[in-house]
Amino acid sequence: MSHATAVRPVLELRGIDKSFGPVRVLHDVALTAHPGEVTALVGDNGAGKTTLVKGIGGVHGFDAGEYRFNGEPVRPRSPRDAAALGIEVVHQDLALCENLDVVENMFLGRERSNGLALDETAMEEAARRTLAGLSVRTVGSVRRRVSELSGGQRQTVAIARAVLWDSRLVVLDEPAAALGVAQTQQVLELVRRLADKGLAVILVSHNMNDVFAVSDRIVALYLGRTAAQVRTADVTHRQVVELITSGRTGDLGLPA
Amino acid sequence: MGDAMSTDLPASKGSGVKLADSDFAADHRSTDVRTAVGDYWLRVRSGDLGAIPAILGLAGLIVLFTALRPDTFLSKGNLANLSTQALPVTILAMGLVFVLLLGEIDLSAGVASGVCAAVMAKLIVDSGQPWYVAVLAAIAIGIVIGTVLGWLVAVVRIPSFVVSLAFFLGLQGITLRLIGDGGTVPVHDDVIVALANKNMPLWLGWTAAVVCAAGYAATQLRRWQRQRSRGLAASPIELVAARVAVVAVVLLAGTYLLSLDRAPSPLVTLAGIPWGVPLVAVLLIICTFVLGRTSFGRHIYAVGGNAEAARRAGINVTRIKVAVFMISSALAAISGVVAASRLNSVATDSGGGNTLLYAVGAAVIGGTSLFGGRGRARDAVLGGLVIAIIDNGLGLLGTKAYANFLITGVVLLLAASIDATARRRRSSTGR
Repeated sequence: MSHATAVRPVLELRGIDKSFGPVRVLHDVALTAHPGEVTALVGDNGAGKTTLVKGIGGVHGFDAGEYRFNGEPVRPRSPRDAAALGIEVVHQDLALCENLDVVENMFLGRERSNGLALDETAMEEAARRTLAGLSVRTVGSVRRRVSELSGGQRQTVAIARAVLWDSRLVVLDEPAAALGVAQTQQVLELVRRLADKGLAVILVSHNMNDVFAVSDRIVALYLGRTAAQVRTADVTHRQVVELITSGRTGDLGLPA
Repeated sequence: MGDAMSTDLPASKGSGVKLADSDFAADHRSTDVRTAVGDYWLRVRSGDLGAIPAILGLAGLIVLFTALRPDTFLSKGNLANLSTQALPVTILAMGLVFVLLLGEIDLSAGVASGVCAAVMAKLIVDSGQPWYVAVLAAIAIGIVIGTVLGWLVAVVRIPSFVVSLAFFLGLQGITLRLIGDGGTVPVHDDVIVALANKNMPLWLGWTAAVVCAAGYAATQLRRWQRQRSRGLAASPIELVAARVAVVAVVLLAGTYLLSLDRAPSPLVTLAGIPWGVPLVAVLLIICTFVLGRTSFGRHIYAVGGNAEAARRAGINVTRIKVAVFMISSALAAISGVVAASRLNSVATDSGGGNTLLYAVGAAVIGGTSLFGGRGRARDAVLGGLVIAIIDNGLGLLGTKAYANFLITGVVLLLAASIDATARRRRSSTGR
């Protein structure tokens, strides 16, 4: 695992507030994500993980707080804005078109053209290069339709699509939630490789085993607040569970 | 090819990456015919039927009607008749393919073709406009109808079924108003009439057929060569060659049959490809290109497959929806012009009755799914031929009108059930 504390964080959130009408979903949330590291975002249902992820990805804005990307204050207003900055979010439902093949999905909405006609050659080559760069062995032909792929393979395609665009930060929302054991393992390995290639990765997960298997840091949300940001190596399984369920453990976490 | 892939690729990010042989082994395995055929068979069994139902249907119907009417059905005159009979329904179906690809429906396409044909006829007969002004006006009216329809579906968000049903009723009223109760407007313009009633000179027909076959072969082979040389997924050359051969044989055989003298009397000659056939060929080439080779076409498939995914990928779903209804109605206008040419007139019921159901049936029989996301422009041609053969064959058998309706309804249901069953199969075998 890299020691990237000296490296400038890719993403810095500070004092983030977000309310939906009278409901305050996020309150004074802080989160940093470093290049080359997997930052796990954990929290119970309703802790605000999804709201935070959507805010990062530009689906909705934050009400208050500091959002810095590569040190610059930014305010993405749409997923397109976020993508232009280099932020890609892989949502839980993956958003793939089953009737299109792997290459077509990876370039969806950002096709390369040669005049009027699509440049299939360039797209297929770039897709293969990206998949090869991630050492993906599980897709078979890149011209297979997504409907013919397994859940893990689809997850792989969605992740590969996110890194195709020179992105700096990839946010994965519960990538292993619906997968079997072997496929989960493959996806976690892929998550690790993304970080090893120098990307900042935020992994939203419920599963402590997955979190401890791949993450460098853990950010625990408790009722819309950041309970703690810790190095994974510094905490135990039990401590993280306590942070999730009660917001503190020992001297870590929110004040009593 | 397998070994070629284990070389170092240029590093995309980070250090040099090795692409192991197993990574995309499947792409290179498929260069062998047996695997390619095996893969194809696997696809068919998992519900991806493609053109198979249409081709089986064509073969079955030809055998059936030849057996029942041996001297008339396969006569030279009837073959030419068949080809013009298929024209309007094929063009209408080609437009509907676009709408069906989104999982929407346009029940008003038939009567829209009637309105557009009425506008054309009135412009020629009453205002003495030249044919091209009248045809352009008809297409423009079609585009206007499609824009309003698409706007109501995409922006106001009324289900397309309801919007187009309302248009189905309303547009019939407009045709009635334009033409007058029970009347017909005769169309005598030479160019319009020629579409379905005059033939290309033999030399031009042969030239066009050869150019089309050679052009198809050239594009297929060039693509294969490019894929092969860059190490991309490619079909085996034997399959590419077989595809080219089938297309060439169909084109040349069709040209030969239509180039035989079919005049009933030996004193005159009547031979050649009807002018409407190259029109359909041009439309087929344009639609195939738009759907298969442009990002606009890609976006149509994406919206039909998963509109939410398409929206998140930055595709303007509203624009795509409006556009497909515009295309559908514009092609309906052309179909109306061809139908008017065939009948030499436009009547109050032009484009009404079973016109629309024939066209939907043609698209679905050809392999376009009613559930969206699957279909090609060529489906309209294959399905249009099937529908024309049914219509033509039943005519030769002299079946009563009530039986025609029943049989056509059953055929449409049959096609829709094949589509629905195949779809179930796809979702159950999707690993």
